[in-house]
Amino acid sequence: MSSEKGVLSGSFFMQGDVACAEGAITAGCRFFAGYPITPATEIAQRMAARMPQIGGTYIQMEDELGSMNAVLGASWAGVKAMTATSGPGFSLMMENLGLGIMTETPCVLVNVQRGGPSTGLPTLVAQGDMMQARWGAHGPYEIIALAPSSPQELFDLTIRAFNLSERFRTPVLIMTDAEVGHMTERVVIPPPEEVTIVPRRKPRIPPGDGYQPYVADDDLVPPMAVAGEGYRIHVTGLTHDERGYPATSDDSAQWKLIQRLVNKIRLYKDEIIEVEELYLEDAEVVVVSYGIAARAAMWPIELAHREGIKVGMLRLITVWPFAEEKIRALAERARAFVVPEINWGQIALEVERCAAGRVPVYLVPHPGGDIHKPEQVLAAIRRAVA
Amino acid sequence: MSEPTLRTEAKAVEPEAAPQERHPMDDLLREERLPHIWCSGCGIGTALTCFISALLKSGLDLDKVVVVSGIGCTGRVAGYVRLDSFHTTHGRAIPFATGLKLANPELKVVVFSGDGDLVTIGGNHFIHAARRNIDMTVICVNNFNYGMTGGQAGATTPVGAVTTTTPYGNYEHPFNLPYLAAASGAVYVARWTVLHVRRLERAISEALAKRGFSFVEVVSPCPTNFGRRHKQRTGLDTLRYYHERGIIRHGADPRSVDIELGGDIIEGKFVDIEKPTFSDCCAGIVQKAIAQ
Ligand SMILES: Cc1ncc(C[n+]2csc(CCOP(=O)(O)OP(=O)(O)O)c2C)c(N)n1
Ligand code: SF4
Ligand SMILES: [Mg+2]
Repeated sequence: MSSEKGVLSGSFFMQGDVACAEGAITAGCRFFAGYPITPATEIAQRMAARMPQIGGTYIQMEDELGSMNAVLGASWAGVKAMTATSGPGFSLMMENLGLGIMTETPCVLVNVQRGGPSTGLPTLVAQGDMMQARWGAHGPYEIIALAPSSPQELFDLTIRAFNLSERFRTPVLIMTDAEVGHMTERVVIPPPEEVTIVPRRKPRIPPGDGYQPYVADDDLVPPMAVAGEGYRIHVTGLTHDERGYPATSDDSAQWKLIQRLVNKIRLYKDEIIEVEELYLEDAEVVVVSYGIAARAAMWPIELAHREGIKVGMLRLITVWPFAEEKIRALAERARAFVVPEINWGQIALEVERCAAGRVPVYLVPHPGGDIHKPEQVLAAIRRAVA
Repeated sequence: MSEPTLRTEAKAVEPEAAPQERHPMDDLLREERLPHIWCSGCGIGTALTCFISALLKSGLDLDKVVVVSGIGCTGRVAGYVRLDSFHTTHGRAIPFATGLKLANPELKVVVFSGDGDLVTIGGNHFIHAARRNIDMTVICVNNFNYGMTGGQAGATTPVGAVTTTTPYGNYEHPFNLPYLAAASGAVYVARWTVLHVRRLERAISEALAKRGFSFVEVVSPCPTNFGRRHKQRTGLDTLRYYHERGIIRHGADPRSVDIELGGDIIEGKFVDIEKPTFSDCCAGIVQKAIAQ
């Protein structure tokens, strides 16, 4: 099949959602299952057009439960796979996101967030699913979630999401929003040889030589055999032992499995956490934000500088795992945190946890439907230094 | 106490050295996982036996055969077969299997699960996979209730049946599974009880050989939760009922094969047609896409 259309290297004026689809293709994604939902639909539409050109599969499933499962199935057939949705569909995907975490299935789930709860504001921006991203599936686990602020970053982070999902053998979330998804800006797609691709970690022993699907390497990540390779693997969402067999009669397998699932991410969080720091050297006020809210906070920060306020920005590019140490260190030297986010306080709670009472944390809430007005953020910055 | 001589003798003749005879199906079972969880008299084991015999005779490359189950007593099948096998979430075996099959068309994908799993919670996926004619075989063990969770009613429970959630008798209209499958687009539809093992095995063989969405309903006893509330205390009682009321009628109109409580069970092959699969149809647009 023609692969020349795989990576569309060049400079484009491109919509965020389209950039996301192209990022996935550049990363090697060859399977997309989804269900139309504003403002994520353009990702599916792009994939419907692109997958047949490059030997991939596009399927519109009957719902988001089906989409998430089809993606997991495709990954177990050895193909990089992605789905994209928004709030209502994200809710439907939670149970099987858990299946992906439990079975250690690399894949990427994009949430182009819109206003909620429920059907909410279908076409308008929000960031209300950040805690759902962290805890939406039941049970104890760690998750990786990235938050882009521009179409270019959506492209770049989609590649990164695939790489992290293969590196850590886990579903990775891209928590973008209606503004970034529907914004059209310059997007540069590099030549394929300049893109780093993390391949799947494969068993180093041939079939029949005692490969056990959940015996992990030293870094707690197990090499992954997939269906059809002759290993005759068994994979279950039940608590399982290293053979992959259900082990539900006492809690010993549960201890072992959960500790590994959590630690394979927690112990390597420095490899995952990416932040952008602006004017932080002498900042008295630290704005902590992410995605479109962080971008919208740049102008009020500028205005505050004109008033002589020392304010900087910590932009969370990786939202989960949370940049705890960064925040703790800043809490030692700043006077306050200001957290603008398009919800009624989610990441602000994490900042508050890490600040641990040392300095105040001012939430700048927004119910969704629009981005913050500059004066809202500016007022919070002024209050923080008052 | 003195050692009883008999025991010593018995030990002496213990056939340790005798060659262990292997059952022809052993290679396809994860023996280290046995004994299985199923109750005595349950029909799931028989359905599995028929599936394994069909597989052994199929000539398929067994390294390419994948079994996907959902959750339930039947859903445990995936855990006992020595094949690539996936035990997914309740109701979601079919979309998971869809992803496997479309991502690697070389795989022979079999979904093996219960009635509650496949057509109650998973009903939407069932009809859409059939409609798309995804190339997979779906084997549904229909025991008319939720065995695993203690015998609740589901979408296949006959009217009047007493279950733990229909204490006064079920008053919902049940699905007729062959009709549902046929109307949704399945290219192969058959129903057999677990009494008719040869015919069931043959039906599974045919389903495996069929390109497209093939469906085999296996009517099966659940003495523990269903039979015992309907004057069938043991699995054998239910098999006797199948013997008395099973009627073989190949080619019967799927609309006519409803199962009523204690009534006739019409069995046979009801649908066997040819139709392009999802992948066939998808391949048809590739040239158009590349030309764009
Ligand atoms: C989302 C979800 N809801 C409910 C359950 C509980 N549950 C487990 S098995 C089952 C029913 C299984 O019935 P069936 O598919 O007919 O299988 P059987 O046990 O009869 O073989 C239910 C309701 C679950 N595991 N997941
Ligand atoms: S509860 Fe019913 S279906 Fe489950 S193993 Fe026992 S007899 Fe079989
Ligand atoms: Mg059942």
